[in-house]
Amino acid sequence: MAEVTLLGFWPSPFVYRVIWALKLKGVEYEYVEEDVVYNKSDRLLEYNPVHKKVPVLVHAGKPIAESAVILEYIEETWPHNPLLPKDPHQRALARFWTKFGEDKSIALCTFFITEGEEQVKATKEAQENLRILEEHGLGNKKFFGGDEIGMADFEFGWLNLWLPVMEQIAGVKVMEAESFPRLHAWIQRFKELPTIKQNLPDHSAMLTYFKDRRAFFLASAKS
Amino acid sequence: MSGETVKLLGHWASPFALRVIWALKLKEIEYEYVGEDLPNKSPLLLEYNPVHKKIPVLVHGGKPIAESLVILEYLDEAWKHNPILPDDPYERAQARFWARFVDEKCMPSIMSAFTKKGEEKEKAAKEARENFKILESGLGKKQFFGGESVGFVDIAAGWIGLWTRMVEEIADVNIIDTAMMPLLESWFQRVLQVPILKECLPPQDKVLERFKGFHKFLTGGSS
Repeated sequence: MAEVTLLGFWPSPFVYRVIWALKLKGVEYEYVEEDVVYNKSDRLLEYNPVHKKVPVLVHAGKPIAESAVILEYIEETWPHNPLLPKDPHQRALARFWTKFGEDKSIALCTFFITEGEEQVKATKEAQENLRILEEHGLGNKKFFGGDEIGMADFEFGWLNLWLPVMEQIAGVKVMEAESFPRLHAWIQRFKELPTIKQNLPDHSAMLTYFKDRRAFFLASAKS
Repeated sequence: MSGETVKLLGHWASPFALRVIWALKLKEIEYEYVGEDLPNKSPLLLEYNPVHKKIPVLVHGGKPIAESLVILEYLDEAWKHNPILPDDPYERAQARFWARFVDEKCMPSIMSAFTKKGEEKEKAAKEARENFKILESGLGKKQFFGGESVGFVDIAAGWIGLWTRMVEEIADVNIIDTAMMPLLESWFQRVLQVPILKECLPPQDKVLERFKGFHKFLTGGSS
């Protein structure tokens, strides 16, 4: 068995956070695709019995689940090319914004699984949170991590590809460039980084997958 | 750095503020406590936590940090004395995993059991029991989640047994099931026997009155 294995699911932004961290640090790993929607493997159920979700990082046989926990583990185990700054207060800010991203993920994505009035309301709520993120989280920095990317940049990395795909399929623009100029500028910088550029899911496969998911969520909401 | 003043904005009944007090006491850090009169948020709170406008907020040398678990990590990094997280990266990952589990799974299901009625209440209570059973697997046969002495998870969750008992009494539900979770139940007792933790607990009769008030307001008085 490889020293480092990542159990993942190709359209998951949570999984990509871990991929980006491993790639940034040049950590060799074996990637194992899990069919989390229809057929979770025994291996996944053994390695993450609590949540039965991906990503799971397995290092020397020991599993770690939850992307934010995995990122901290990767940072501590392979400290070069750091994901967190040295200063404790700056580290606390990175963790604060990472948590903000986790806590607001439903608010930011509900527009995708709703329609009509509900979708209008959900879009507004997403925009309020993006505004807070842009003003307080990113500010005038180059990246959330400062001059270099870090943990918080990976937390919001989904805004660069997943969000536009979701917007396209849901037929609504949540993050207009004119309304969120700093976030847009950050996205342009983020997606040009080799670590990110070379490690993104296939765009057309994403469109197909997310089209399916929206149909599924809308149908479930009706039943 | 340790020479700079430390201030904690908290609320006497908040278990999240209690986490930070416990950590400050265990690490023997001198601090000034500022009690917020919620829901009347002070200008200081709004200035120090503009994003969430919530306590606890730690202010160190004039710089604020919000979110209780982020604060705990900060305290451990800024003051090396009496660490609350273990040294080993895998053990640290486990501690972070279980603290998040308490916040993301245990707390919401307990709150649901507290605020819902009838069948929904029973369903929430069942989920809360199952979550405690899962939490117990993180404790195992250890004295504390931290091993021989209290650590990150003990500080994050040590109050939860007491609070849950209050929820059980007020909402007339059963969540702590001795037969189902004997190890966790004895930890609920043991952790609050630790002198530093015990002496910081807010007056339980006052907390109970406060909860009763909330329950009446949220459910219209019936269960």
